[in-house]
Amino acid sequence: MTTDSAGRERPVPGYLRDHDVHPPLDYPGYRSTALRHPKRPLQLLPHLLTEVTGPLLGEGRIGELDHDLTRQHAGEPQGQRIIVHGQVRDSDGRPIPHTLVEIWQANAGGRYRHTGDNWPCPLDPNFTGVGRALTDAEGRYRFVTVQPGAYPWKNHDNAWRPAHIHFSLFGRAFTQRLVTQMYFPGDPLFFQDPMWNSIPDDKARERLVCRFDYENTEPEWALAYEWDIVLRGREATPFESEVDDD
Amino acid sequence: MADTRPSPTTPSQTVGPYLHIGLPWPDGPFAVAEGTPEGFWICGTLYDGAGQPIADGLVETWQADPDGRFDHPDDPRGAVPRPGFRGFGRCETDERGEYRIFTVKPGPVPGAGGTVQAPHIDVSVFARGMLHRTVTRVYFPEETEANAADPVLNGVADDRARSTLVAAPAEDGYRFDVRLQGEDETVFFDV
Repeated sequence: MTTDSAGRERPVPGYLRDHDVHPPLDYPGYRSTALRHPKRPLQLLPHLLTEVTGPLLGEGRIGELDHDLTRQHAGEPQGQRIIVHGQVRDSDGRPIPHTLVEIWQANAGGRYRHTGDNWPCPLDPNFTGVGRALTDAEGRYRFVTVQPGAYPWKNHDNAWRPAHIHFSLFGRAFTQRLVTQMYFPGDPLFFQDPMWNSIPDDKARERLVCRFDYENTEPEWALAYEWDIVLRGREATPFESEVDDD
Repeated sequence: MADTRPSPTTPSQTVGPYLHIGLPWPDGPFAVAEGTPEGFWICGTLYDGAGQPIADGLVETWQADPDGRFDHPDDPRGAVPRPGFRGFGRCETDERGEYRIFTVKPGPVPGAGGTVQAPHIDVSVFARGMLHRTVTRVYFPEETEANAADPVLNGVADDRARSTLVAAPAEDGYRFDVRLQGEDETVFFDV
């Protein structure tokens, strides 16, 4: 049992609220937010059973080659082959095992296999740009793909998205659901990107950048990047917060 | 002593305009197996602040089973698997901004301090132009008494706003439109 803000006992501890980390829903620099953010204040939802549980998906959802975006077609896609791997854990440092990680991305030239993307850059017949994986017992995931290209969009004059891979994560609870984007180190396009700039804290932005991982680079085959993802952890229970740490 | 402060979390980013290549699943809309006898559809349209349908959005749902239980180890009453029941639905919006989820009605779920929550479904909304998901809840129109006693619904002071959380009856189930802005802006929750 734990206690909510109104002093009522709750059947389960809730999750930490991490609002400061996330971009605001209303961010004028990203023009499409104008008509797509709630204008009324959000209503506080206590974390009850529906919120502390969530779908534990994955079993039977993953095909043998879903984690390898370079082997989903007859031939290999164009571009720099890369390994993207890392750990999914919560803010208490606990790994999140057997959780579904979904990714989607543009091809090496920066074009998505989507009817809405028609800028003058060729599609790659050997690249769909969609992957799925389950984390292992230690919360680790691994994808093989190609380095996505940057691409232009119409948000502002001469707007370009830095190269990125979209990530979707479930964790173990409804409260932990996260969709985000992973970026690459030293991208020169960050300065003009409203998605990047929408994150209020510089250090939080940097947490979306993967690390070049020479150690896991495979000789004569693929470069490696490491990116860990941290989802919200549990609130301290009254018992835990009473523990003296000196 | 080791540093016991929680480590900072990973920020959210928008699903962007091309979510339709990565997120839809063929069986996504089926929170319960196709053909489940008590199954019904929850359908709705996602609207922006100009009243235009949002064609590049995604709706996800999560709910208890008809007994109000979850197949999850963090439910202190114990995990209860139920064949044919996933409890999770996912549907991208189409060119008319419509989504549809096939499910069954959840049972009442314990709340705080001995209260009972009316049958409800948690909903996440994602779209291009949204830097973070928004969260709302679906309640059922015929549950008048349970809704009147529901602690979360009662936390919404304004009657008109509260009514945005209650689905409308429809021929094949229920209708639950989501309005991101406007006079009938849906109530969204801070989770």
